[in-house]
Amino acid sequence: MSSPNLGSHIDALKANNCRSIVLCSGKGGVGKTTLTANLGVALAKLNKKTCVVDADYGLRNLDLLLGLESRIVFTAQEVISGGCRLEQALVRHKHETNLMLMPAGNPRMLDWFSSEHMRTLITLLSESFDFILIDAPAGVEDGFKNAVAGASEAILVVNPEISSVRDADRVAGLLASQGTIDTIQLLVNRVRPRMVEKLDMLSIEDVLDILAIPLLGVVQEDEQVIIAANLGEPLALGKPKSPAAFAYGNIARRIQGEDIPIPDINAKHGGFVGRLGEFLSTKII
Amino acid sequence: MTIRELLDRLSGNRNTSANSACSRLRVVLAHDRSDLSPALLDQMRLEIMEVVSKYLELDYIGSELTLETEERSTALVANLPIRCVRKLSR
Ligand SMILES: Nc1ncnc2c1ncn2[C@@H]1O[C@H](COP(=O)(O)OP(=O)(O)OP(=O)(O)O)[C@@H](O)[C@H]1O
Ligand SMILES: [Mg+2]
Repeated sequence: MSSPNLGSHIDALKANNCRSIVLCSGKGGVGKTTLTANLGVALAKLNKKTCVVDADYGLRNLDLLLGLESRIVFTAQEVISGGCRLEQALVRHKHETNLMLMPAGNPRMLDWFSSEHMRTLITLLSESFDFILIDAPAGVEDGFKNAVAGASEAILVVNPEISSVRDADRVAGLLASQGTIDTIQLLVNRVRPRMVEKLDMLSIEDVLDILAIPLLGVVQEDEQVIIAANLGEPLALGKPKSPAAFAYGNIARRIQGEDIPIPDINAKHGGFVGRLGEFLSTKII
Repeated sequence: MTIRELLDRLSGNRNTSANSACSRLRVVLAHDRSDLSPALLDQMRLEIMEVVSKYLELDYIGSELTLETEERSTALVANLPIRCVRKLSR
């Protein structure tokens, strides 16, 4: 083959009415895997057939966050090499039957897995799902490029921190020049309202101003996220009792096209302080 | 601008850590996006000044060439203070 068909999976996605979204960040540890798990659960709860794809072949974790690590038999590795059928590798979630995991194979996949393999995998998955969420590895090297190759939309995950914002800008440039990504949206994770209030953390407005990418949603720093990870039960599974759980549900609804306003995290206090905060945030120019 | 930002500005309360993160990011992203190093930028400044100096006498010390970003686009901004207009002798 002289030039691989870069858009073959795009045609399949369109034909099957499936959306393939990559979660990426450049910088590591900003919350891609946690978000993939939770948005996967949240979309499944909205009755969307959803597949979360672990594309972090070096450091896979998506199985753990979903509590599915002990149920993996086959992986993407066997699917691509012809060692099993697609359905044999997919792991259904224990409680959310609309959600399936496509597990990552062993780290040796890093040596041979290519963008073309990713496009093949996504083409196969597009027949059975409404949404595919791809959990990209950190960095901007081959692993990242392979993850992106399977998507037509991207969620750029950023923390309100200087290095994360810089890396996100670089990734946004790479995504724009990559060719098949037609939508990039920003998700600001681990926001600490108290610190923003004291002007010791970049605000959402700051980040949007600097990156100039449309905002999909905001997730606060929330210790329940860590507890949920320990248990292997994504917060989005339960009732939205904590700030992050609430945000995941809203973001999933925005992804499927609902017009849900993004709440202002610093205007939630009632009483005088809240009203003062709202007054101070009034736009005058 | 919001009222909070106006008050911050009036009270000189601008050196919060968030503000300094913002301004440092703006500078570094302008360079990242254009892929121009400070050295190259300075070389460009000198070459531009050479051309302009044919017509105007410029203040070499006070001149600067900077990158500025607005939305996702970047602009090259030259500030070249003029001492006087040269009489063209042709
Ligand atoms: N909203 C949140 N509140 C508190 N902690 C969070 C939140 N989101 C993520 N975390 C924590 O941040 C850490 C990194 O998260 P995660 O593994 O999802 O990031 P990642 O971007 O996938 O990392 P990597 O780049 O290594 O793949 C984890 O310990 C996770 O529990
Ligand atoms: Mg991860």
